[in-house]
Amino acid sequence: MHELAVAQALVEQVDAVIDQHRAGSATAIRVRIGPLAGVVPELLATAFPLAAVGSRMEGAELEFVHAPIRVRCQTCGAETEAVMNRLICGACGDWHTQIISGDELLLESVELETIPSLTPES
Amino acid sequence: MCDTCGCNLTPGNKHLAFKPAAKGATAVSVLKGLLQKNDDQAGHNREHFDKRGILAINLMSSPGSGKTALLEATLTALKDEFTCAVIEGDLETENDAERIRAKGVQAHQIVTGTACHLDAHLVHDALHHMDLDGVDILFIENVGNLVCPASFDLGQHLNVTLLSVAEGDDKPAKYPVMFRAADAMLLTKTDLLAVLDDFDPAKAEAHLRDLANPAPVMRLSARKDLGMDAWLAWLRDQLAAQRARVAIGQSRRPAIQGDGMKYHSVSA
Repeated sequence: MHELAVAQALVEQVDAVIDQHRAGSATAIRVRIGPLAGVVPELLATAFPLAAVGSRMEGAELEFVHAPIRVRCQTCGAETEAVMNRLICGACGDWHTQIISGDELLLESVELETIPSLTPES
Repeated sequence: MCDTCGCNLTPGNKHLAFKPAAKGATAVSVLKGLLQKNDDQAGHNREHFDKRGILAINLMSSPGSGKTALLEATLTALKDEFTCAVIEGDLETENDAERIRAKGVQAHQIVTGTACHLDAHLVHDALHHMDLDGVDILFIENVGNLVCPASFDLGQHLNVTLLSVAEGDDKPAKYPVMFRAADAMLLTKTDLLAVLDDFDPAKAEAHLRDLANPAPVMRLSARKDLGMDAWLAWLRDQLAAQRARVAIGQSRRPAIQGDGMKYHSVSA
């Protein structure tokens, strides 16, 4: 539902990266996303082209790195996989755990097309 | 295993498989939160609150679980003790802000149009329409929605999530992103438990614990004035804690936001 807002934020961030590297455009964008971020990759993939219309990343490939849910138990110290609505320790069953992966919503990397005139052949 | 067609890529190792960049192209690593701009604005809002010693609370729930009724009862109970202010978020109408103003409390209505959640920029705009001098507690009543509001930091110090007993006691299991974000969970409309006996408060709490959330669970009915004392005592404690933090130049973010980030091995 709110994926369009997230897509717009993504476009702004990639735009800043393009500026920062004085590049011409972005051709591929890699986003790391965990189930607990509350953002659905498929919906973000649908919203992204709409948000990117007329920008320097129109037509860029959007790739997702799916972060698995992992928790660290504060009682027994084990690190185990968990599912979204059962974030308990897979080893001892305690619910005093911390998420160590699975709630990320990160712009991981961007592939940029450089402007030829600024990058002479070496 | 094959190293050419990509069939050996798994969700676990995919991030390591950097494609060689084409000539004239460079791959740059960014590793920034996608909602960084919202989070920066939220941090700025939090500074506004901390500078004035205000405790900011974000109320979230499904539509109709009693957020506004809770606020009406709370503002009435606290009117001689603290100065409160309210930001209301709805898709349409000024109705909720008017209900709050009828209690003699300053309220600003954010009409989101079609947006399903408040974000830090909307809250910041609202703050500039308000007189924050002398305010002790600012309540932000988010758009009634158990999905989207959980993903956007507004600059609040605490998230309070309501679950009315007219809903299912498995709501925390169905909407884990929302309930994981709760610093307190309020089971509301408990006067209806007598007739809605398929709602088991103990089960609702167990589902919350399954999300590794230690937040206190309080049962109350704002309309019938049941269980309000524990909620009001919690608010007083939280305001005292906020004042103690402000006195030593510290702040607090809701339990969820930013907590996970420090454990993520962003170097991976």
